[in-house]
Amino acid sequence: MSETNPTAVHTETRQGGHGPTRKLTRAEQRAADAKTRLTSPAASVIAIVIAILWTVPTAGLLITSFRPAGEIRRTGWWTVFTNPEFSLANYEAVLSGSGDLVGPFINSIVITLPSVIIPIILALLAAYAFAWIDFKGRDWLFVAVFALQIVPIQVTLIPLLTQYVQFGLVGTYWTVWLSHTIFGLPLAIFLLHNFMREIPRSLIEAARVDGAGHVRVFFQVLMPLLVPAIASFGIFQFLWVWNDLLVGLTFASSDYRPITVMIAEMAGSRGQAWHVLSAGAFVSMLLPLIVFLSLQRFFVRGMLAGGVKG
Amino acid sequence: MDWLMQPDTTFEKLIVMVVAIALFALVMAVVLLVVDRPNLPRWVAAGGYLGPALLLIVLGLMVPAVMTVRNSLYNNNLSQFVGLDNYVTIFTQDLFLTVLRNTALWVVLVPVLSTALGLVYAVLVDRTRFEKFAKTLIFLPMAISMVGAGIIWKFVYEYKPSGVPQTGLLNQLLVLVGIEPQQFLLNAPINTFYLIIVMIWIQTGFAMTVLSAAIKAIPDETIEAAQVDGATGLRLFWQITVPSVRSAIIVVLTTIAMATLKAFDIVRTMTGGQFDTSIVALEFYTQTFTRQAQGIGAALAVLLFLLVMPIIVYNVRQMRISEGER
Repeated sequence: MSETNPTAVHTETRQGGHGPTRKLTRAEQRAADAKTRLTSPAASVIAIVIAILWTVPTAGLLITSFRPAGEIRRTGWWTVFTNPEFSLANYEAVLSGSGDLVGPFINSIVITLPSVIIPIILALLAAYAFAWIDFKGRDWLFVAVFALQIVPIQVTLIPLLTQYVQFGLVGTYWTVWLSHTIFGLPLAIFLLHNFMREIPRSLIEAARVDGAGHVRVFFQVLMPLLVPAIASFGIFQFLWVWNDLLVGLTFASSDYRPITVMIAEMAGSRGQAWHVLSAGAFVSMLLPLIVFLSLQRFFVRGMLAGGVKG
Repeated sequence: MDWLMQPDTTFEKLIVMVVAIALFALVMAVVLLVVDRPNLPRWVAAGGYLGPALLLIVLGLMVPAVMTVRNSLYNNNLSQFVGLDNYVTIFTQDLFLTVLRNTALWVVLVPVLSTALGLVYAVLVDRTRFEKFAKTLIFLPMAISMVGAGIIWKFVYEYKPSGVPQTGLLNQLLVLVGIEPQQFLLNAPINTFYLIIVMIWIQTGFAMTVLSAAIKAIPDETIEAAQVDGATGLRLFWQITVPSVRSAIIVVLTTIAMATLKAFDIVRTMTGGQFDTSIVALEFYTQTFTRQAQGIGAALAVLLFLLVMPIIVYNVRQMRISEGER
């Protein structure tokens, strides 16, 4: 990579169109940066190799999804570089034909939206109480919620299922929404509380002096400041719910199962049908990739604030 | 009102979704209005704000967890108390010992290798011109479901007998250097390592992001002082960078370890747990739903719980410490 090469820095400096002082400062800055780095040509090679290793598997399957079924069976995807042959038939097959993914895709949307919105609202209120209402046992209670964050879902699955059967709810969207809400709450409360506590106390007290009750403080003072926090957790929960397999597999009946469950079934029953598997996999990845790439900033922020879920 | 429970068409499904959200918002609005009246004692407000969330957590997490612990002490149709027999079975039968061995491999290798790779990569691309793009490439697998990742990698490991053109990338590379193509996912115990690679592929992005932020937080003076002392390259890395981000490394290691313990999607998608690749999280599912062995399943779930317990305790202590500093 050229930026590790001092000559490249000088060339750039000479070509710049600004005044001499500024150019020098920037060059110096760059040189100083270069010294604090560990980079060398060997290091650059290692970084590029890692980047390629991380990208090629996905690229391979993506290219495969656009190749005719017969070609996929006969030759490797890398042959497209010498013998390009593409078709949309695989996507047609999964969107209308045998391995119909439209229903499961809709199910995923119907499952995901409430499973993101409901825990956010519940957690916002709970986090508000933990951060701004003084009551007995608050710290103790918060530690308990914090600790519950990493309880494995597996521990709660079967008793929950038994309860749903008893209430006659089993297999419906309602159980899936409820389960995702429950499993998302501890992290949501913890994360939103972390953000909420950073809001200066004086802001809230000023509003209270003006006679605002909790509801007004919450909606008028806090909510506008919490948009990035909500976005952070929202992306987490969105990716978590959309990509979930265990909850969908356990709680959703076959008419309501999400796309991950459907793709996983296909991988089991039609493991060699790479033309539908590859296209199906990318249909299921489309939405999370778009959300992720466009809102990456918030995702990283949430992650660094302790928003981490297994 | 049948369609509320069992919607048939896409339109009905979407309506049910909107109804659910609206219903929920309505209930919450009523709760808030009730508790917001002035002159009510403070605990009423606290109860209104906290109550719904706490109720769900208690009924949905804590009570079921206790019931699972109880079930783990019963036989497989939960009709008879058997004490610790299920745990004895798990720790003595060959099938489960393989599961435990695999789980140990996963929970050690995935965190250590993802963190190491993430750290090295974060250092290598730090302050380069391509930093943002280079990071996005490694980070991207985090957005992909583990089912999707399993399919992507199953295709990389695809096997065709020698003599026929290979369609799997890895076998093609082997053939190019003159080695017989391998059945990567069939031969135990090495197949577990090929599955572990998939989880490392997913988790490295997480490690890299957190560690990169920690590296950027190292004060410039620290690095400059080390350079005055003549530290460069690897010495700078081992003596300055690594010690400075030590606490971030621990957070990353424990977080990935937890995620790894609970993840069953990769193994289920790629081998279904066959060929001696099963892990505790998957075996829980297989025993409970495929074999109808409720007692053993519960015991495996409790085992998962016990394995993350030390991390919970550690995290709570860390939080207490950082609260104290505030």
